[in-house]
Amino acid sequence: MSHHLAPAVETEAEIKEQLDTKSLGFWIYLMTDCVLFGALFATYIVLHTSTFGGATSHDLFNMPFVLLETMVLLVSTFVCGMAILAAHAGRKQLTLILLGATFLLGATFLGLELSEFSKLASEGHGWWASGFLSAFFTLVGTHGLHIAVGLLWIGVMSWQLYKRGFTPGVTRRLILFSLFWHFLDVVWIFIFTIVYLIGVA
Amino acid sequence: MDFILGRLSFDSLPKELITQGGAISIVIGGILVVAALIYFKKVGWLWKNWFTTLDAKKIGIMYIAIAVLMLARGAADALMIRAQQALASGDAHGIVSSDTFQQVVSAHGTIMIFFVAMGLMFGLINLVLPLMIGARDVAFPFLNSVSFWLFAAGMILINVSLIVGGFSPGGWLGYPPLTELAYSPGPGVDYWIWALQIAGIGSLLSGINFLVTILKKRAPGMALMKMPIFAWSVLVTTILIIFAFPILTATLGMLGLDRLMGMHFFTATQGGNPMLYINLIWAWGHPEVYILVLPAFGIFSEVVATFSQKRLFGYKTMVGALFAIMILSFIVWLHHFFTMGAGADVNAFFGIMTMVIAIPTGVKVFNWLFTMFGGRIRFKTPMLWFMCFVVTFTLGGLSGVLMAVPAIDFQVHNSLFLVAHFHNVIIGGALFGYFAGLMYWFPKIFGFTLNERIGKYATYCWLVGFLVAFLPLYALGLMGATRRLDHYDGPGWQMLFVIAGCGVLIICLGAALMVLQLIVSIWQRKKNIAGSDPWNGRTLEWSVPSPAPFYNFAITPTVTDRDNFWVEKQAALKHKSTAKLQYEAITLPKNSGVGVIIAAFAFMIGFGLIWHMWWLVVVGFVGVIVSVILRVSNDETEYMITAKHMEQYDKLYKLQEPTV
Repeated sequence: MSHHLAPAVETEAEIKEQLDTKSLGFWIYLMTDCVLFGALFATYIVLHTSTFGGATSHDLFNMPFVLLETMVLLVSTFVCGMAILAAHAGRKQLTLILLGATFLLGATFLGLELSEFSKLASEGHGWWASGFLSAFFTLVGTHGLHIAVGLLWIGVMSWQLYKRGFTPGVTRRLILFSLFWHFLDVVWIFIFTIVYLIGVA
Repeated sequence: MDFILGRLSFDSLPKELITQGGAISIVIGGILVVAALIYFKKVGWLWKNWFTTLDAKKIGIMYIAIAVLMLARGAADALMIRAQQALASGDAHGIVSSDTFQQVVSAHGTIMIFFVAMGLMFGLINLVLPLMIGARDVAFPFLNSVSFWLFAAGMILINVSLIVGGFSPGGWLGYPPLTELAYSPGPGVDYWIWALQIAGIGSLLSGINFLVTILKKRAPGMALMKMPIFAWSVLVTTILIIFAFPILTATLGMLGLDRLMGMHFFTATQGGNPMLYINLIWAWGHPEVYILVLPAFGIFSEVVATFSQKRLFGYKTMVGALFAIMILSFIVWLHHFFTMGAGADVNAFFGIMTMVIAIPTGVKVFNWLFTMFGGRIRFKTPMLWFMCFVVTFTLGGLSGVLMAVPAIDFQVHNSLFLVAHFHNVIIGGALFGYFAGLMYWFPKIFGFTLNERIGKYATYCWLVGFLVAFLPLYALGLMGATRRLDHYDGPGWQMLFVIAGCGVLIICLGAALMVLQLIVSIWQRKKNIAGSDPWNGRTLEWSVPSPAPFYNFAITPTVTDRDNFWVEKQAALKHKSTAKLQYEAITLPKNSGVGVIIAAFAFMIGFGLIWHMWWLVVVGFVGVIVSVILRVSNDETEYMITAKHMEQYDKLYKLQEPTV
């Protein structure tokens, strides 16, 4: 077989087909992630009142802090959208700067979340304390884990963009990343509503 | 030392004679295989041609190889269960201790569902789905390799428990609070969690892959309503996988967090809720049942039409029935625990929904029978499997409808009646279907047909053995025998348990005949060369040479009709086509070993979590991340075959092929 090997050359149509196929696959992956979060949300809702006599959501959440977190994440998604626009315009440097800003905002969000976690844990309201807190830490933590993966993704992708420019592969991953980041934003909106807003209501 | 080995020590080795025997046979078997590979200098060959392959057909063969191996392991467990229950009556205590017996039962269920049924299912889908829809490959060939190797890593991990640590005693679904740290402190449950977690993520990725393959890779002209029913069944199965498997991932994850980090999702104290686990696991588990059986329905739809030499009766209702089952399968999970005490209204709803599933299933059965009606039926082995299936599956379906009545279910809940029911639908439904599929598509993959005569004897043994093994369990269940019973005092039961044991021996004879069938068929392969179309088939896979070339189709077919290949054959009888073949350059994925490497790191994560070797977990995670990054940074993953070379290949393949 080896003597018939020739490097694959992608035509315009093939590049578009690749993007179509991979986008569809990624969308479906996002749906599976949605179901995963759905299971965690369901668990949280069931265990919300299972505090075992310990602290309830009413006692624990600090809404101004959570609002700050939310704003940081929303702005990072906005900046991410700008990065995609810059990429469509073919402006490599601007794209890199905006991706960097997305990264910083995402990292800030993650830092805020971790500081909330460590504050809760140090006050004795850790994941071990009750069914409610286990569900809380797992749901919010899973979102945080996704953010961490997203940050890693930005890092790798920016490096690829810096080295190679807008190759079909890099452009495709940029578009998929933006889907991912927006998806995490949507999940956070649900966390904000179901965990925090209803939690302190 | 604790840092390096975690909680692993010499105490983790098996203590009972039977488990020691199992452990030693696995270790010696493994050493012999590796030694043989080195001695015959086949390691490089294995790596180059198999381990790194991205060809769906080869991946399919590897899935099936693992499934067959695991079938042997699961059958050994089944024999032990039957031997124990045939003997352990009154003063006699059987062959194993009760703790070991619970491990054996858990191992049997877990391995049969996750590594036999799922393996055969994904194996067959990999083998034929791309061929059937006129595709060169799946949508994401590399992801397919990752999926397979994750499945393999899970399989290895669950079998390592036989050597160190022991199996989970918690049943195939690991119900808490028994599986919580307080009651099962050993590593058995952790093996169960992390092996299934790794294999389950592989299955989820496969689900995504095949759904996109069907939606994006069909041959030009193949509208959805022109797809073979097998493709439809896979489409519906993948949708089920996509909606069900994330729930499994989340649920196993939470049980794992309970055990590793002291959380309280499903514990009996601190606000944990064990019933939550049971709801969640069945929200995955019930669709899972249909994930296993729907592809088998698809296989039978192809087999019945082919061997009746007739168009499938009621194509549209078949598709409708698949979708009805898909939706209904998500709203019946509670019938697995009517005894939870959810109240009459809730139980009634789930009971009625469960009965409603019998309607689309009945539609399918009648469609198959009407397809046979008026057809020129050839009773080849795959067709024989269908005939057996109709009997056993309908029987299982009927006992299922019986248990859908909550009042009756209260009587037979967790009894051997239930055990008989689900074996009736899983063996008599899914497994028989996979066997039919293996016999049917074997010639397409290997180029020669299987011995018909031994195949038929094997089928009869399976049918008779199955009935002898499981009909007594219905009676025992009605008499009050519960599942996972390691010892009983009712002397009236023993005879029925002995009969059930004899049934399993007959099934084993059937399995032995299948091995013999394979050996004889390989021996006589020159005599039984299949040609491209040994069964006078109807779908696209029969239009390419056998064994199917690595590129599947030399020229992408254009589809105009439902049974396109059949229609073309009929047209060719009238006038021979004189059009010159137009070859085109094609691109195919290069082999890649990264799938194996990712799965190896995933194995390390699992093993580390089980034995609390945190450094190994870190190594595994870093390894997975680095491998993925290196893979996505590699843009040269494909190669091209030029049109001229395609023409040469095509001639070469057609030369090997005898004209029948």
